[in-house]
Amino acid sequence: MKPTDPAITWLEPKPLGLTERLYLPLFLQGLTTTVRHLVSPKVTVNFPEQRPVVGNPLIYRGVHRLNRDDAGRVKCVACFLCATACPAHCIDIVATESPWPDREKYPESFVIDELRCIFCGMCEEACPVDAIELTSLLDLTGKSREEMIFDKEKLLSVYDMTKMTEPMQSAELERISEGPL
Amino acid sequence: MTTLLPSPTTLAALAKIGLLVGGLMTAAAYLVLLERWIAAWVQDRRGPNRVGIPLTKIRLFGLGQPLADGLKIILKEDFTPQHVDKVLYTAAPLVILAASLAIFAAIPFGSVLPPLNIPGLPDPVPFLVAPGLDVGVLWVFALSSIAVYGVLLGGWASNSKYSFLGGLRSSAQLLAYEIPLGLGLLGVVLAAGSLKLDAIMNAQAESGIWYVFAQPLGFLVFMVASFAEAARLPFDLPEAEQELVGGYHTEYSGIRLLLFLVAEFLHMITAAFLIVILFLGGWHLWGVTGSGQEVTWLGAALRCGVLSAKILAVIVFFMLVRWSWPRFRFDQLMNLAWKVMLPLGIANLVVVATVEEFRPQLLASLGAGWAQGAALAAPWAVFFIGWIGAGLLTPSGTDNRPILTRSPLDAEHGLLTNTSRDWEKAVR
Repeated sequence: MKPTDPAITWLEPKPLGLTERLYLPLFLQGLTTTVRHLVSPKVTVNFPEQRPVVGNPLIYRGVHRLNRDDAGRVKCVACFLCATACPAHCIDIVATESPWPDREKYPESFVIDELRCIFCGMCEEACPVDAIELTSLLDLTGKSREEMIFDKEKLLSVYDMTKMTEPMQSAELERISEGPL
Repeated sequence: MTTLLPSPTTLAALAKIGLLVGGLMTAAAYLVLLERWIAAWVQDRRGPNRVGIPLTKIRLFGLGQPLADGLKIILKEDFTPQHVDKVLYTAAPLVILAASLAIFAAIPFGSVLPPLNIPGLPDPVPFLVAPGLDVGVLWVFALSSIAVYGVLLGGWASNSKYSFLGGLRSSAQLLAYEIPLGLGLLGVVLAAGSLKLDAIMNAQAESGIWYVFAQPLGFLVFMVASFAEAARLPFDLPEAEQELVGGYHTEYSGIRLLLFLVAEFLHMITAAFLIVILFLGGWHLWGVTGSGQEVTWLGAALRCGVLSAKILAVIVFFMLVRWSWPRFRFDQLMNLAWKVMLPLGIANLVVVATVEEFRPQLLASLGAGWAQGAALAAPWAVFFIGWIGAGLLTPSGTDNRPILTRSPLDAEHGLLTNTSRDWEKAVR
């Protein structure tokens, strides 16, 4: 696009007025803003003692969990959609034939490398059965790399730990809309 | 026997030097903490509040942070790159720190102590390392110019482009702002009739009129110039992080970097001391500190407290300005120095000289009250006229579109008249 293009509207900056040219009024304005922030309440918290407030735990992207169904079995059907969607390639699934009649496959092992994970939430988006979800647990620490590789048991235990505070998203959506979707 | 022993004056000077160097180093360390706190608070964060007493769990609002910071940087590797000029590279931080510390020999950090009755000591004892120095102001300015050498040497010896650019910038900037700084100072020296900093404070205390009220224009010029001399925002071009990585100390690490950083904070302390001593009345506060030379211990402590409080306030102002104003572009910086601050400084000098010259005649013809009023009104009138004139006449220097040149002589003119209308015409 050339500068002479008729689609361009040329705007003239307003010429500076006297107060602007004298600097001080604008400077005082800036200084007032600075001082207001200096004394205003802080947005950060003293972390280990105070927990940050997670706005909506349902959409927060923290540590993963593997949901259980009503019978306490893993919900996952080992379809590999999450592993395919994962941009960091941190999900490793070994599928095997399911012992239950309601599905063909189930994961014999389901491993997430939490150190490779970028917490983008694509796995949660991809999952057709709401088996994998991201919780609002935000302080994930470990003493070794091995400790940070979460297997199926660990991921299921995250579900057991958080199921009271964070309902499954499918269930929660049903509750909000008052009826099955 | 007695000749081998140092005299009480020497001992007193040594004690003062020890106190001062220790105090200044601690102050610089704690100013880093204050700077980080203010930076955090202005950005709605909490700032460092964890480190307290070492080896305990007592936190003390993070007051142990300077110790941790210092230890960390001292224990880091002091790396000398292959490509540097080794001698100058090592000398630069030493020069800058030594000069910044030596400045304080002539700076009074209080008024006077009451008589101690120690033979050989002058009574009362001044809060000044070198009390007999008649050229105190000159000493301060000479040494702060030497401190500039540290910056230049560091930038040159590092043999790196960023450092070199930082050194270049600071040489131009500090040279340009020495002049308004000196002009702002000259007015004070004229009015006080002395180059001794303690005499300048005493003059303000006796009349009760701080020079900020008597010479507002001088104060403005001096304040702006000392921001530039201390290389604080909005004039921190020598080390503009976004442009130059670290400026003149890009190549430095470990304890030598620490020396540079400490010297920077010492510059700020010096600037705050000078602003307070020259313009804000030093240790004087109406109705609190008195104004005479005879003091009790309480009075001496009070004066020290008032001086420290004023200096701290000025330093906090320095730090708040850092988060209020964006950095100047280099041409704006130069415009401000040569086209605004220099004329304003000269105007201030002229009006102060005139007032001081005709003060006796004014006193004789108008009486004390009216004469004082006239002596205050003239500088304020010049202050407003000068400032508004500067605002109206100087190029605002905010237009950074390319200048359209039709003939070589138009280049200068184009800065003022270059509009997008011209652009359109030129493109067509």
